[in-house]
Amino acid sequence: MLFVLLDFSPIKPDFGLFFWTALIFLIFWLMMGKLAFGPIKDALKKRENDIQDALDESKKAREEMSNMKSENAKLMAEANAERSKLLQEAKEMKNSIINEAKDKAKEEANKIVANAKVEIDNQRKAAVTDIKNQAGVMAIEIAEQLLKKNLKGDAEQEGLVNTLVDKFNLN
Amino acid sequence: MIRLAAIFSLIFCVAFSLSAQHNHHGHDHSGHDHSGHNHAGHDHSGHDHSAHADHSGHAHGADGDHGGCGHYGDFDVAETAMHHISDANVYSIGPLQIPLPIMLKSDDGWELGMSSKFKPDLLGHGDGHVGHNRYVLHGGIVKRIADASFPMGEFNVVGFKHDKLEIDGKEKDVTYVCTGDAMHLLEQKSTFDGGLFGGGMSSYKDFSLTKNVTSMLIVCLFLFWIFRRAAKAYKKQDGKAPKGLQGMLETFVVFIRDEVAIPFLGNKWEKYFTFLLSVFFFILGLNLYGQVPFFGGSNVTGNLAVTMVLALLTFIITNVSGNAHYWKHLLVAPGVPFFVKLIIIPVELMGIFIKPLTLMLRLFANITAGHIVMVVFIGFIFIFGKSGESLAGASGAAVGSTLLTMFMMAIELIVALVQAFVFTILTASYLGAATEEAHH
Repeated sequence: MLFVLLDFSPIKPDFGLFFWTALIFLIFWLMMGKLAFGPIKDALKKRENDIQDALDESKKAREEMSNMKSENAKLMAEANAERSKLLQEAKEMKNSIINEAKDKAKEEANKIVANAKVEIDNQRKAAVTDIKNQAGVMAIEIAEQLLKKNLKGDAEQEGLVNTLVDKFNLN
Repeated sequence: MIRLAAIFSLIFCVAFSLSAQHNHHGHDHSGHDHSGHNHAGHDHSGHDHSAHADHSGHAHGADGDHGGCGHYGDFDVAETAMHHISDANVYSIGPLQIPLPIMLKSDDGWELGMSSKFKPDLLGHGDGHVGHNRYVLHGGIVKRIADASFPMGEFNVVGFKHDKLEIDGKEKDVTYVCTGDAMHLLEQKSTFDGGLFGGGMSSYKDFSLTKNVTSMLIVCLFLFWIFRRAAKAYKKQDGKAPKGLQGMLETFVVFIRDEVAIPFLGNKWEKYFTFLLSVFFFILGLNLYGQVPFFGGSNVTGNLAVTMVLALLTFIITNVSGNAHYWKHLLVAPGVPFFVKLIIIPVELMGIFIKPLTLMLRLFANITAGHIVMVVFIGFIFIFGKSGESLAGASGAAVGSTLLTMFMMAIELIVALVQAFVFTILTASYLGAATEEAHH
């Protein structure tokens, strides 16, 4: 009865309002889509992509960092090993050098000693030769003197000379 | 803010004093006895309903004053409510009647101009004192004298009279216009409900920029303005966090995207996103606009023509974008036993039309109901105040109805959001069903 008794006009669709609503809504949809909702949608998408990218990037950076860290540790360990190796080598080298030097020194010393020995020997030989020569000269002188003084008995003289010579030879 | 508050309180004061005044006027009017224009006059006017009429038999006995052209009787809350939710050719804020452009099409051509050409009082009920080419302005709405033989051109309007008339066995509420010498039956603008809701074709169609159209333009321009600003803000502060208006609107946009578009439409959401957003904000904006006090309380989304356009667009877009899978399911219903098919296919076919029809009616009914309840609650003041006779009743009801109205307004705010959301999410679900890929 309500519809009949009263003018319940909103339920009666009229041409004008239908036409204007359709026109206004379609223009609204078009304009908003082109100039407002579209750009907002794209901007939101872009921002979300940016955020995702940033997150991904930071994750990647973190991973890289941790990679780098472990690599650093590895490098450090390697360096440490290298260092100790180097130290070890250096030590060894030092020892070998020292030993070598020692050996060389010993050798040298021995050589010197040997040389000295040879020299001494030579000197001694020279000295002996010298003595011999001097003994010869002395013998000659002695002989001279003996000859000068006691040229009386040959046998005696001869015996004397022989004893003298033997004496020299014994040396 | 202070200036705004000052303006509001000024408007409120003016509206209050004027409404008190005009109530008084109303009584004067009802007291008027245009006894010269009695029912016998109807027959003289020669309108085509005369066959039905021994009008005196239908004279409504509620109050004898109705005999003449006095247009306002006792306060009738239902009538007031119906008037407030109607579309109109004036934009009325309280008693202030702002004229709007009219574009009326009849067989006699276009009637153009402003509704002020009917010379209604600037502060009043929107009843024109002058008619033009059979058109008159009654209650802010253009109506036309049904009698085709009525002479063209300008004529004086003395008053209007409501009566009941039996047409095809149904009692109908009709209005007559007094032109000084006779009373003439008025007809309303053409509607295309085919008589289903009491309307039908008449001698003219109203293509005016009515109150609803004006409200729609205001809301659309406002929405465009704020969203354009937000869209520009994205460009201006690219790479920065949103702020202010942009941040507020983004909440809604992201909500519709994440809760409506993507869940129902999957990877095709972008194609329909602007439509969903447009529907959502168009409905939400108009729902809320109708609730702003002192803005005319336009009942736009509570008008069937408006919801029909939106539902029709949903219907068209859904069925145009329906893929083979959708149509196959509708028309063949694969994997269903034959005797079930006999039931299910007609039901599915009806569903194509029922879905948009429910969309149309749900929004219309919810918003209209909200507006009616609001007017009725405020109407309590006049009912209990006996249209100004009982100050105690009026003031008592004023307290109660203020509380009730505030409560209703809070609920209506939720309804405004919920109905916009429901319309959008259902549209998305219909679109989702129509575009879903076969995967089972």
